[in-house]
Amino acid sequence: MLELRGINKYYNPGTVNEMCLFQDFNLKVEKGEFVSVVGSNGSGKTSMLNIICGSIPVEAGQILVNDEDITRQKEFVRNRKIGRVYQNPAVGTCPSMTILENMSLADNKGRYFGLSRGINKARKEHYREILGQLGLGLEEKMDVKVGSLSGGQRQAMALLMSTMTPIEFLILDEHTAALDPKTAELIMRLTDQIVKEKQLTTIMVTHNLRYAVEYGNRLIMMHQGDCILDKAGKDKQNMETDDILRQFNEISIECGN
Amino acid sequence: MSMIITILEQGLIYGILALGVYITYKILDFPDLTVDGSFPLGASITAAMITRGMNPYITLLAAFAVGVLAGVCTGLIHVKCKVRDLLSGIIMMTALWSINLYIAGTANVPLFSQETIFKNDLVSGLFAGALAPYATLVIVLVIVVICKILLDAYLRTKSGFLLRAVGDNDILVTSLAKDQGNVKILGLALANGLVCLAGSVFCQEQRVFEISMGTGAIVIGLASVIIGTSLFKNLSFFKATTMVLIGSIIYKACVAIAIRQFEPQSMKLITAVLFLVILILSMDRKKKVKTNA
Repeated sequence: MLELRGINKYYNPGTVNEMCLFQDFNLKVEKGEFVSVVGSNGSGKTSMLNIICGSIPVEAGQILVNDEDITRQKEFVRNRKIGRVYQNPAVGTCPSMTILENMSLADNKGRYFGLSRGINKARKEHYREILGQLGLGLEEKMDVKVGSLSGGQRQAMALLMSTMTPIEFLILDEHTAALDPKTAELIMRLTDQIVKEKQLTTIMVTHNLRYAVEYGNRLIMMHQGDCILDKAGKDKQNMETDDILRQFNEISIECGN
Repeated sequence: MSMIITILEQGLIYGILALGVYITYKILDFPDLTVDGSFPLGASITAAMITRGMNPYITLLAAFAVGVLAGVCTGLIHVKCKVRDLLSGIIMMTALWSINLYIAGTANVPLFSQETIFKNDLVSGLFAGALAPYATLVIVLVIVVICKILLDAYLRTKSGFLLRAVGDNDILVTSLAKDQGNVKILGLALANGLVCLAGSVFCQEQRVFEISMGTGAIVIGLASVIIGTSLFKNLSFFKATTMVLIGSIIYKACVAIAIRQFEPQSMKLITAVLFLVILILSMDRKKKVKTNA
């Protein structure tokens, strides 16, 4: 379970450009929920993810994981339980290392990085198998540097790598936004499959309203640092893309877009 | 012939330094100017120990250890005090100038009468008669090969993987639940350990410690790394560390040839021009093809 309690977040505090993004922001995500988050630019979606992961500090409030306060925990400590995939496919992998080396790195997450061999030969077959499930032919390119792969291939790898070891939360930050429609579809299906298989608590920010409706069991719409729509379970299932689009237009008109 | 031997000796000694610079410049993507201070640091600690009658082989280990300390300091300044990479190196380089003077006692310490790793009973016993001119080269080669093999082995370990990842994509290291700052400090420590070791070997080969011997060391290191990695870019069967060592020898050969045509005071000018030429030549040729087409 993940909970944000009374979060205050200011940008450029103490200057003329001071901007209040969150004021007393609350959110509770139950174990096993798959939350899709939509909202216009600047509504605080990515900031919320950054706050959860510890990439940016908060001015006030608490972040709780299973009732344990992690507000003061450093980002890298929190990442033991969190897997994150970014919008930019380059961020989730190491370009100058081979596919095999990248997989080995990810496989060792949460464990000690000592002087034992970087590549565990015994695990190679396992990597080949899970890469094969992608259907991108990556299992035949184990010794190719990741930098020479396409964005879609890299994002698929990033997704695999972030979910290889036991984690509790999966944070997806517009992870299909930089991909072509076909690849995006593939990554989205893969995401759904992994989330269900590993029963991960997932928060997915997306600009694709169709994905937001189709996938996940809860939908949140954010606007100016607030949740203006929060549907779960049956309510969510009955939603159509047009419903959200209408809502989306309303808030856009408000802002004068 | 003796010129070739000198070039190989010098090239290999600076090759150890280049291995260190390779870690910071290529792997960590950190322009580490500490090198200009940690190279003479190795020399000063060596001079101080040898003049006190200590075993010259022990000085090599001591130099490496002291270099590691220097690297850790640069790393701490950069990571914990959040000073920019270039400035952290400059701060340490400046501080090390005085520290080197403290350690060595004076700006110039000759080691002509003392035993070194190149001049002792064991060496003169092994390399008698016709072999004597090659003694230094062989000893340097052994040290370099050991360094290279150990570095290659390290880069294949889990810790080595993490080091390679942090220069490439530090966000990934954070995602792997590791503190990227610590990994950077580790890399700087290893790199400066090697640089300091190079300083120790150089000092024993030259039989003198001189406070200004580190000036421009980073340029030599960078030039070697850039020559090595760009000349053999398409030869994947060569390890990067091998390429760096060959780059260092090529660089020393270029300097040796150039210096014969000019007066000694133009040494640094030649170094600078040579470095510039190497940088320009090593730039991606693909761009040229595009503009021509």
